Amino acid sequence: MTNAATTVRKPYTPKEAVERLRHGDLGAWPVVGGLIAIAIVFGSLNEHFLSPENLTNLALQMAATGTISLGIIMVLLLGEIDLSAGSVSGLCAVVMAILSERMHWNPLLAILTALVAGALVGLLHGLMFTRIRMPSFVVTLAGLIGWQGLLLYLLGSGGIINLPFDGFVAKLSDTWLPSWLAWTVTAALVTVYAASGLIGRRLRIAADLPVTATWWPVAKVGGLAIVLAGSVLVMSADRGVPLLLVIFGGLVVVLDLVLRHTAFGRWMYAVGGNVEAARRAGIGVTRIRVLAFVLSSVLAAFGGILAASRLSAVNQGSGGSDILLMAIAAAVIGGTSLFGGRGRTYAALLGILVIQSITNGMYLLSVDSSVRYMVTAAVLALAVAIDSLARRGSTT
Amino acid sequence: MISATDISKRYGAVQALQGVSLDLRPGEVVALVGDNGAGKSTLVKVIAGAVSPDSGGLVIDDRPVHVGTPHDAQRLGISTVYQDLALCENLDVVANLFLGSERRRLSILSHIRMERSARDLLTSLDVRIRDIRVPVAMLSGGQRQSVAIARALIGEPRLVILDEPTAALGVEQTAQVLDLIRRLRERGLAVLLISHNLADVRAVSDRVVVLRLGRNAGEFRTADASQESIVAAITGAAA
Repeated sequence: MTNAATTVRKPYTPKEAVERLRHGDLGAWPVVGGLIAIAIVFGSLNEHFLSPENLTNLALQMAATGTISLGIIMVLLLGEIDLSAGSVSGLCAVVMAILSERMHWNPLLAILTALVAGALVGLLHGLMFTRIRMPSFVVTLAGLIGWQGLLLYLLGSGGIINLPFDGFVAKLSDTWLPSWLAWTVTAALVTVYAASGLIGRRLRIAADLPVTATWWPVAKVGGLAIVLAGSVLVMSADRGVPLLLVIFGGLVVVLDLVLRHTAFGRWMYAVGGNVEAARRAGIGVTRIRVLAFVLSSVLAAFGGILAASRLSAVNQGSGGSDILLMAIAAAVIGGTSLFGGRGRTYAALLGILVIQSITNGMYLLSVDSSVRYMVTAAVLALAVAIDSLARRGSTT
Repeated sequence: MISATDISKRYGAVQALQGVSLDLRPGEVVALVGDNGAGKSTLVKVIAGAVSPDSGGLVIDDRPVHVGTPHDAQRLGISTVYQDLALCENLDVVANLFLGSERRRLSILSHIRMERSARDLLTSLDVRIRDIRVPVAMLSGGQRQSVAIARALIGEPRLVILDEPTAALGVEQTAQVLDLIRRLRERGLAVLLISHNLADVRAVSDRVVVLRLGRNAGEFRTADASQESIVAAITGAAA
């Protein structure tokens, strides 16, 4: 595969590696390190923490807030914020529940309509932000309060709509991949990843472009195979891989591919990095911004529906309490910059994993929720500190 | 040949430009100099399509053309590198070079095609960046300026306007950028260089055009002109 003419990208010298770190190119390593630390600490304090049953529960708990967090990342990439995501998730879940239960619509149609409602909410936010030039903080703060109000209004005096346990929506979170299917999907994912890496490498060599040393892609494919196979193995020892996790994981992967390989994704990063440069380059900044808010609200709506599925009900607390804050914290802990232009969708996956692990581990240890909040806050502060330091490094 | 002919522009009570003309020929570096407020920026903005003149206009190859927007100018082959580089520091060199004109098939970016052309372009300009896939934030000031200038060449322009390209650079990096300007000339491009630094102007330009108080105040062949005569034209001491 290699020939004499192939140029190999030289590995970084220690000095350059430090330079890259200083410039905020940390990637996912701090989070992965944090996850390993969490696993060691809670695993040693409570033998149940790393049990298949608990880890499967963790996977199930992540999906809803993780999906909302994905939406938050879309606006964070532009250097904006969406405080309404929690309320929008609750509102759209209520819309879905009213359509499917009170009006007896087809559940799929009800979900679709709820997502469209989310899109309209996002469109409204985006237009207020771009046309009236209201700060996104204020637009979505108004959304946080207003959509919560609309939710209460729609629910009326009843205050709760139960979803039947054997209905389509509730089944979403009680569906488990059979072992054979989980392994087939795993094998397919690893194969596709390896094949795309190999083809990309060949094309680069054919175009006489530098490629990394051979061990690196091999290590990446191996790492992916180990992580996926490990997860499937653990979850198969319990009830199996939850469908909810597959849906969330699929969203993460698809959105990451969109952000990195389409012109739209490139422009998102450009607008987040330097609006003026993007505008001068002829990029439709307004359109990108509106689209980001629409995406954020649609993902929030979908997250709300997943949460309703877990609970088998919607009530006045849907999308409330700390869901929004956890979603934002997850995005930031996962490595998305609050200053825009930096971050990948995997931040939602890693960040929500960190937060849920801490929450879950503290529950197992019967730690008071006061301590749980303080620990989560410390982790969030640490993540933002890393981000701020990285940003300072990149501007000097 | 691209000419600006008899350009006038008034901002309220201020006559920024009055009957200014400028010829730009392929393979020639023209330096536009003048004191603050002499009208350099206004003239550049008119040529780049960012400002419409009250009278006068652009003539390209003996045909008058209408330049109403920066987009019009770009389509006519006029490319501008502004003083604030307008790079996205979070994106890599390749992404910055093709920003807004990404090569793509069915909306999917052609990473390899872009990286290959980026490398060929930078190599042809003798711009040395070790890894063009690192974020621009990690490059030196001279490298960033080089990337900004290289980016102006992506649309294959005929004229490149450089606004104070060496203003924020050290000695060595200034030399790099001046070399780059010479290579633009070798490629047969017309180059319009706006600079306060007469040493740079004398080092790299073929012709010096002086503006003073919104009017043409002298034109010199760089090789024949003395520093004193240029300074005198800028300050009006000769008059």
